[in-house]
Amino acid sequence: MNAFRYRCAALMIFFILMWIGVAQSAPLHVNDIVETRDYQRQSLSNSGADWPSVEELAAVIFLKNYNTRLVVLSTMLLGIASGLVGSFLLLRKRSLMGDALSHACLPGIGILFIVMVSFGGSGKALPGLLAGASITGLIGVGCVLLIRNTSRIKDDAAMGIVLSVFFGLGVAVLGMVQTMPAASAAGLESFIYGKAASMVMQDAVLIGLVVLVCVVICILMFKELTLLCFDEAFTRALGWPLHTLDLILLSLVSAVTVIGLQSVGLILIIAFLITPVAAARFWTDDLRKMLLLAGLLRGLSGWMGSSISALTPRLPAGAVIVLVATLLFLVSMFFGTARGVLMRQRAQWRLQRKVGQQNLLRAVYELQEESARQEELSEIINRKIELKAVLAKRSWSVRQLRRLVGRAEHGGALARLDGKHIQLSESGFGAAARATRNHRLWETYLITHADVAPQHVDRDADLVEHVLGSELVEKLEECLKESGQDVDYIANPHAHHPGESVA
Amino acid sequence: MRIESGRPATVSSGRKIPTHPPTVPLAIDDLTVAYHSKPVLWDVDLDIPEGKLVAIVGPNGAGKSTLIKACLDLVPKASGRVMVYGKPYARQRSLVGYVPQRESVDWDYPISALDVVAMGLYGRIGLFHPVRRSHKDAAMQALEHVGIAHLAKRQISQLSGGQQQRVFLARALAQDAQLYFMDEPFAAVDAATEAAIVSLLHELKEQGKTCLVVHHDLATVSQYFDWVVLLNMRVVAAGPTEEVFTRERLKETYGGRLALLDEAGNALHGISAIKQS
Repeated sequence: MNAFRYRCAALMIFFILMWIGVAQSAPLHVNDIVETRDYQRQSLSNSGADWPSVEELAAVIFLKNYNTRLVVLSTMLLGIASGLVGSFLLLRKRSLMGDALSHACLPGIGILFIVMVSFGGSGKALPGLLAGASITGLIGVGCVLLIRNTSRIKDDAAMGIVLSVFFGLGVAVLGMVQTMPAASAAGLESFIYGKAASMVMQDAVLIGLVVLVCVVICILMFKELTLLCFDEAFTRALGWPLHTLDLILLSLVSAVTVIGLQSVGLILIIAFLITPVAAARFWTDDLRKMLLLAGLLRGLSGWMGSSISALTPRLPAGAVIVLVATLLFLVSMFFGTARGVLMRQRAQWRLQRKVGQQNLLRAVYELQEESARQEELSEIINRKIELKAVLAKRSWSVRQLRRLVGRAEHGGALARLDGKHIQLSESGFGAAARATRNHRLWETYLITHADVAPQHVDRDADLVEHVLGSELVEKLEECLKESGQDVDYIANPHAHHPGESVA
Repeated sequence: MRIESGRPATVSSGRKIPTHPPTVPLAIDDLTVAYHSKPVLWDVDLDIPEGKLVAIVGPNGAGKSTLIKACLDLVPKASGRVMVYGKPYARQRSLVGYVPQRESVDWDYPISALDVVAMGLYGRIGLFHPVRRSHKDAAMQALEHVGIAHLAKRQISQLSGGQQQRVFLARALAQDAQLYFMDEPFAAVDAATEAAIVSLLHELKEQGKTCLVVHHDLATVSQYFDWVVLLNMRVVAAGPTEEVFTRERLKETYGGRLALLDEAGNALHGISAIKQS
């Protein structure tokens, strides 16, 4: 499977090109940065409603501003990785694990700050803080697993406990940090709510590297992660290292979480991981497409969210990204082509309509059958039928029947003659005979094979033969003939002998 | 044949030498399994002969699934050991196929029937190696074998219960094993699937393969299987169906649950007429 490797290579090249793009457009003059800051300061000092001008809008959309470009591209990249990783997390049914993990990051940030300051550093070196975050994050996840495995406490309760304890610890540590005389701890709380705008080139490079690693691991381990999330017992029966695979998955999650902390903050990061994945699920039933789509949706919300945030400086990027992602989720939920609400509703309507149509045709056919029997005709003749008789046949209201007839007339199955009678068209008559035969075969099948749960059989098939096999259908036809009903009209309309089936 | 027959099991010095021939597909010695200090299986001793269709029968909570899981190292053993063709399971994984209970996985998972069946080949493909065209073809053949090749591209939640069970069976077939463990493959399937599974079992038997099947329907045991293990936390009896599957033994297995026995009464009528040994 070389296509697989090519895809890997293509993705890597894509990332590298993207980064060259960002790096090349880095500001060579300090003026650029100053301009950016001026712009931000101006907007901050302006207290009134301030709508972005057209130029500003264009600047953001076309990524003309260096800072915006950095933020938007970084959040987009982060989005792709979190979409991929989040998909597996969701399928492993550990969505909330991401939440526990992100909250458990906070004490690590505080502790590492203290450590770095006491070693004489500035305390704000991002790699150091993120390393601390990942350490306590993984410890938090370890605690969840430990509680679950050693006691009878379930996952959700264990995560609740760990999440609150670590967050509490984190807040306490940050409180201690504020009282430290030596260093300014301002900005640490931005990890709680996120502050995308404070991103600099080094941060973006870090994000890029982590995203690259995550994507490559996800592609290389696609098969393993798929099996792990689908069938744990089978994974273990194969002798694969279940715990190692789980650890890899959780490490990927923690990597994405930790580098996402800065831009969205630890409270909202769970939405990064889960919302786009849940949204993507509405569009496709295929895991590969779902992964791509989740990455895409998440990248899109990252781009839109951070653009909106860049235009309106008082809106933090993290919150806007989450709101945009949720909007995309809602759209997907309703309009998703695989399992969206409207799609399902439409499928149900269609089924109802089809059933209604078939019931109408069958009622008409049965009336024709009856009159043929009364007049001892050798064949069932497609004659006009009184609507009143059809109405008496089933529990339709006049209005329902009128609607059904109207729809059937529109479809060309029948014609309304004088408002009181209807006449089947040639194709309608054939369809009616088919529907009747199918219905009878089904009923016979369910009666003679009553131990079979009907929902286990694909009833929607157009012909019974496709589902039951021709031998069984022949047997069923025998049964029907014995009970004196007409079944083989459609199978052989001209070789139909009187007296054989019309008793 | 992939098994070197006749070679005695190498046993480290000082340990007792197994009394069973080393090449039986499955040999269980003194197996005890406990969940949270509550024993589920007690002192199970079993030798399953080659080429048999074996039903594992017993009431709910008798440890039927646990027995299978213990054989596959899915639950920790409190004591005892399990030998597959004379060696521990960990060294014989390629000889063993597994059909878990249908409820054990989430059928809403975004994956096609073919992809699930291909998982049967993952053991042979190995960790970190990609699934190739030839593997997909092999998976397709397995699907054809169980008669649902036309559903290969369907997402698995769009299959009926019987079709889902067939997917699981196809996955086990793709494993191309010598010894199969099947956990309730007949649970809630339609008549056509039941017939398909039975003919599949017989086909495997003809190829000299051995199948252990957890089975709930007492009425069909003697019809489908030629060996029976009666289990209720311990092995009540194990042996050829006509010898073991008797009214007395069933009573012993199911204890006081006579209502269930009466249900099975009709099915057993013929057997209890045969002399009870």
